[in-house]
Amino acid sequence: MLKINHISKSFAGRIVIEDISGEFKKGHTNLIIGSSGTGKSVLLKCIVGLINPDTGSVFYDLRNFTDADKEMKAEIRREIGMLFQGGALFDSKSVEANVMFPLDVLTKMPMDEKLDRVNFCLQRVGLENVNKKMPSEISGGMKKRVGIARAIVNNPNYLFCDEPNSGLDPQTSILIDDLIGEITHEFDITTIVVTHDMNSVMGIGEQIMFLFKGRKLWEGSSNDITHSGVSELDDFVFSNKVMQGLKKQQ
Amino acid sequence: MKGFGRYILFLGTLVVRMESFKTYYRLTLEECLQIGLKSVALVALVSSFMGAVTTVQTAYNMVSPLIPRYVISQVVREMTILELAPTIIAVIFAGKVGSSMAGGLGTMRITEQIDALEVMGINSTSYLVLPKIVASLLMYPLLVIVAGVCSMVAGYLVGGITGIITPTDYIYGIRFYFDDYSVTFAMIKSFVFAFLISSISSFKGYHTQGGALEVGIATTAAVTTSVIAVLSADYLLAQLLYVR
Repeated sequence: MLKINHISKSFAGRIVIEDISGEFKKGHTNLIIGSSGTGKSVLLKCIVGLINPDTGSVFYDLRNFTDADKEMKAEIRREIGMLFQGGALFDSKSVEANVMFPLDVLTKMPMDEKLDRVNFCLQRVGLENVNKKMPSEISGGMKKRVGIARAIVNNPNYLFCDEPNSGLDPQTSILIDDLIGEITHEFDITTIVVTHDMNSVMGIGEQIMFLFKGRKLWEGSSNDITHSGVSELDDFVFSNKVMQGLKKQQ
Repeated sequence: MKGFGRYILFLGTLVVRMESFKTYYRLTLEECLQIGLKSVALVALVSSFMGAVTTVQTAYNMVSPLIPRYVISQVVREMTILELAPTIIAVIFAGKVGSSMAGGLGTMRITEQIDALEVMGINSTSYLVLPKIVASLLMYPLLVIVAGVCSMVAGYLVGGITGIITPTDYIYGIRFYFDDYSVTFAMIKSFVFAFLISSISSFKGYHTQGGALEVGIATTAAVTTSVIAVLSADYLLAQLLYVR
């Protein structure tokens, strides 16, 4: 379980996120949603420690991450897997080397075991015969899948995904969403996905946090999201034609 | 001053939360190949022309018949060892290697590759920058030695081919009143310059924010700042170390 308490962050006097608290359950796909510029990615970066929040704390299974010393932070981070918006694959390394990277640096596993684990993770995300390809030789969707494989290779307890569907076609988006959902349940990890894609929300959103102008306005499940009674959330949810059609049917 | 303070703090982060020795050994070897081996041809070419031009220019300016011809190669030797090899090659090194370091790190920053390392619990500064600095400290002095040899050999060839100076006079001049402290001084300079170029370029690249445009700006800033730092250090070292 992951808990955040009263997180606030401002840049050059401009408040980006303000007093956000919440709990993200283990074995669930937790979504942070909202329009562009509402502070979703900043909140995610505060949670993983890439940005220090001005106020508030992040707890990883009761371990205070925000106030932890560097060693403790490094230890917690080794339990984290993260899928970045653009994949963030290392350009100079092959697909296999990218996925193996966390094992190379963080473990003392023998080479054959590492290779087995890498092949298992690549197969798990539906990629085969791409081991020796370079990131520049594969498609955007494949990069995301390699990113997921790299994120799960070290058996993380927490998986973070920043806009996993950005720049992908609808079919590949669904594939990536399903993969994130399946991996979360299969390995019983705490997954947090930052997205503004309503397909993801309806597809894998088990617990959803809605941000608006840097504040948390609503929290609930995908079953409740269409009748939340929060006008800002309704505007967000029913901003696409499919959802508008659904609303009319209701 | 704020930038200088950040640079000092940046250097401090290089030696904390380090990975295994094996990791750094492998990364440093890779960087040595990248920095050293891939720069040899350019350094040899530039320094050969430097030596050739110095020989021709010195001969052209020596109009008095009272000055013996071997002074030409003595001048080539002193200029090469003391200034041309360590300092001019430093400018070339900043342009080639420094810009590559800044561009590479800047691109890694804007494509979140550095964030990916940090999320894994790896000290990205130490992991990415320290091998570059160590490799530069190992490779740059070797490049300076290559430059010195190429420059003097080119002077010898040009002097002989054009008839400016006989091979015997050239060799005599090269050996005449040779003070080996010049070589020590050149090596000290090359270590200092290697450190300045690699650390400043890495600092500029690592702290890139924005997009492709900012990577370009960081790369330019890396080269200009490195060159200014090298020239300033060159003057300071001359004042401090060249006392007879």
